[in-house]
Amino acid sequence: MPLQPLLPAATIAANMAELKPALRRQEALVEANRCLYCFDAPCIMACPAGIDVPAFIKKIAHGNPVAAAKTILTANILGASCARVCPTSVLCEGACVLEDRDEQPIQIGRLQRYATDYVAERGIKVFSLPAQTSGKRVAVIGAGPAGLACAAELAQLGHTVVVFEKQARPGGLNTYGIAYYKMKPDVSLAEAELVGSLGVELRCGLTIGKDLTVAQLEKAFDAIFVGVGLGAATRLRIPGENLPEVVDALDFIDQIHTHPLDRVPIGRRVVVIGAGNTAIDAVTQSLRLGAEQATVVYRRSEGDMSAYNFEYQLAKHDGARFLFNVMPVEVRGSAGHVIGLRLVRTRAGADGRPEPIPETEYIEPCDLVLKAVGQEKQVALLRQLFPALQIDSRGVIAHDPLTGQTNVPHIFTGGDCANGGREVVNAVGEGKKAAHGIHTFLTKETATPLVQPSRLGAKQGSSGSGLLSPIRAHELVEALKK
Amino acid sequence: MADLSTNLAGIKSPNPFWVASGPPSNTGYQAHRAFEAGWGGVVWKTIGAPIVNVASRYSALNHGPDRMVGFNNIELISDRSPEKNFREIAEVKARWPHHAVIASLMVETREQWHEFVKRAADAGADGIELNFGCPHGMCERGMGSAVGQQPAVAEKITSWVMEVATIPVIVKLTPNVTDVTAVARAARRAGANALSLINTINSITNVNLDTFVPEPTVAGRSSHGGYCGPAVKPIALNMVQSCAADPDVRLPISGIGGIATWRDAAEFIALGSTSVQVCTAIMHYGFRIVEDMHEGLSSYLDSKGMKSVTELIGRSVPTLQKWETLDLHWQRVARIDYAKCIGCNLCYIACEDGAHQCIDLKTPEELGLDLGPGRVPHKPVPKVREDDCVGCNLCSLVCPVDDCIKMTVIDNGQPPMSWSNYQEKLAAGEMQPIPPHP
Repeated sequence: MPLQPLLPAATIAANMAELKPALRRQEALVEANRCLYCFDAPCIMACPAGIDVPAFIKKIAHGNPVAAAKTILTANILGASCARVCPTSVLCEGACVLEDRDEQPIQIGRLQRYATDYVAERGIKVFSLPAQTSGKRVAVIGAGPAGLACAAELAQLGHTVVVFEKQARPGGLNTYGIAYYKMKPDVSLAEAELVGSLGVELRCGLTIGKDLTVAQLEKAFDAIFVGVGLGAATRLRIPGENLPEVVDALDFIDQIHTHPLDRVPIGRRVVVIGAGNTAIDAVTQSLRLGAEQATVVYRRSEGDMSAYNFEYQLAKHDGARFLFNVMPVEVRGSAGHVIGLRLVRTRAGADGRPEPIPETEYIEPCDLVLKAVGQEKQVALLRQLFPALQIDSRGVIAHDPLTGQTNVPHIFTGGDCANGGREVVNAVGEGKKAAHGIHTFLTKETATPLVQPSRLGAKQGSSGSGLLSPIRAHELVEALKK
Repeated sequence: MADLSTNLAGIKSPNPFWVASGPPSNTGYQAHRAFEAGWGGVVWKTIGAPIVNVASRYSALNHGPDRMVGFNNIELISDRSPEKNFREIAEVKARWPHHAVIASLMVETREQWHEFVKRAADAGADGIELNFGCPHGMCERGMGSAVGQQPAVAEKITSWVMEVATIPVIVKLTPNVTDVTAVARAARRAGANALSLINTINSITNVNLDTFVPEPTVAGRSSHGGYCGPAVKPIALNMVQSCAADPDVRLPISGIGGIATWRDAAEFIALGSTSVQVCTAIMHYGFRIVEDMHEGLSSYLDSKGMKSVTELIGRSVPTLQKWETLDLHWQRVARIDYAKCIGCNLCYIACEDGAHQCIDLKTPEELGLDLGPGRVPHKPVPKVREDDCVGCNLCSLVCPVDDCIKMTVIDNGQPPMSWSNYQEKLAAGEMQPIPPHP
């Protein structure tokens, strides 16, 4: 049967309401006053965008949210969306020293949202643009987080920037791919507008290689930043994959962002294949849209899941089922529609990879299958556009991590197409670093990252902590476990 | 259970916790409520010729999310008639015969003082407190702190009171002087039976940066107020001890100034107070706070094996001595307990920028520390250079973790030597001058 919306609009709206609502003024002040104002604070080290967290929190505590927003946005132009979508418990909040003292880290993400909302709601401008332009022109391909961060940083350094985006709207996955209860697309679109307000030209609905050639770009621009992200969902390569109710999880989330919520078709029994953070977003939103049962199937064990623990807990809280050590072998259809997924149980093989256990197949009834087993790398596209560009064995663009520079000197990169798929804030950091690399390439001058006032006097210098070599709190926890 | 009963210059109360003269002791209704809650005494809101108050009387100093760490008022003495106040004192005493009721008085002429002192005694008050401290409004009319700031005037007025007093007289001192003991001695000379201190401190708590008028604002103006609340406790403790230690004062003391907890009370008592008076904390939380003060002081005395609160009175007074008697050779250094350190580095930056530059930042690897709470690979960790540490305490004060930085006594093998000893030895040629700190 073709899928239908299952719930009335009001119910869905309530189900999809923000999980973490905005802090009220006094809540923000109380929370900000808890901050110890560490010297050379670990939260900064854990922020891939290098936001001076203690400095902005102090400003909130002192009743100066505009200055706080300036501290945030000058370090991370996507500060408003990162405040909502960052996995803070494994980044800044995971590194907060109050986690060690009280197991109650400062709610850095929510404070960041408080400050960025404050200026956004009031239309307060926090940027002052350079009086002189460099006369250099940079093309940015892709208006996702990496491209926007790179463009904003370049504009602030005085360069002329044009961003090319094939989608109708800018923002990339921030606009189309975030769970609705974490962030609504208007936040991302407002950020793209903010980038535009810095003088960056955004050209959406225009595909490089089709509407415009790379050769044309190279003629018109002094440098190019490639921030094309990742491609379509990885294919399952099993029979039945082409049935209409077998959908990429990201396309499903895209529908939620591009349709009225009560017009999104949803299955009564949904199976999500994969156990990463996108799988969690898919299974949780399925339930919130009215699925009677939503199940994650994963070929490895619970401990092997790549989803963050807090995401896993959210899905379980929402009532999602989890089936571990099973893999799909066929999508079963009837009359052209999905009726089930044939699964086989797995065990860890000699090489540690899961292998099917013979004669353990069974059918999990379902009417919608969401694929969340990762996104394809853009190798073919990149080879076609930039034949000289070096792609590494992982299928991502080889580059200098400090400058984003590729083997082609005037081409720089960052974001998912360069890192294989990480957080929004990683893309922001990489976009910024590439902007600094491009600035040096164009002007032979060094662009120093912002001074971080709470670190004034730090032996390693008071700029760039977190941006240049972020620590990863959850990796640290993993290291400690071993 | 330790005996908490108190006797201040003959004024007896079941415990040392008194409601200070102020808004909480304005009426008989409040006095009843205070005694029901467990307070041992009430010092009535100052009685005098009726006055007229303004609206907007209080303002506060907040610190971060903490309200009223300091409190300021421009309210005057009682705005009720003396008849009503004395009648209610009589009613309260009739119902609470074993609790202390003290009449706070403030009038101008000798005749008025004589009249009010007699009326207080006639009402059945257990004692009289002379308000020589109010620093706002009344002082413009030659009363309150205008009296308390001039030892000769205070002495004269106290002597007027003593001419007719039949119940104990407490002189309440203003802190708005350079030497509080000067007025304390004057009170002693005039025959006062006890002291209470401190009254409020002249203050402006804050300025409204939109209107430019400080709070409390009265129709676009403000006026200098009287400051109290937790923030004034250190100033009060200093003055209480100064009076308690002065051989020319030798009067029992009722301590006042920022007392909100049993611990505050115990500190005032240890520095020479017999009873303590509380106002701001009641204005913040109500009379109910006395329950914990009672329990806390009682448990504390029991834990120290003290049978009565009188054993605590003045215990700490002799431990304060002139600086010149302190041992220059006694040494201690800061030691960081790395099992507790969370890595905020506040000790480092405080020492580096605000003190003596004797903490280094090292990586956990350099210090051979396991990665654990507060430690992230490469993230610096503070390390004290003990040879350079002057033992100033700053790092241990800024550290947000209890008992993480311990100030540890070092035995340097040198015999004690005070500045006085040092000067004597230099004069006698027994030693060379100590070289200046590098």
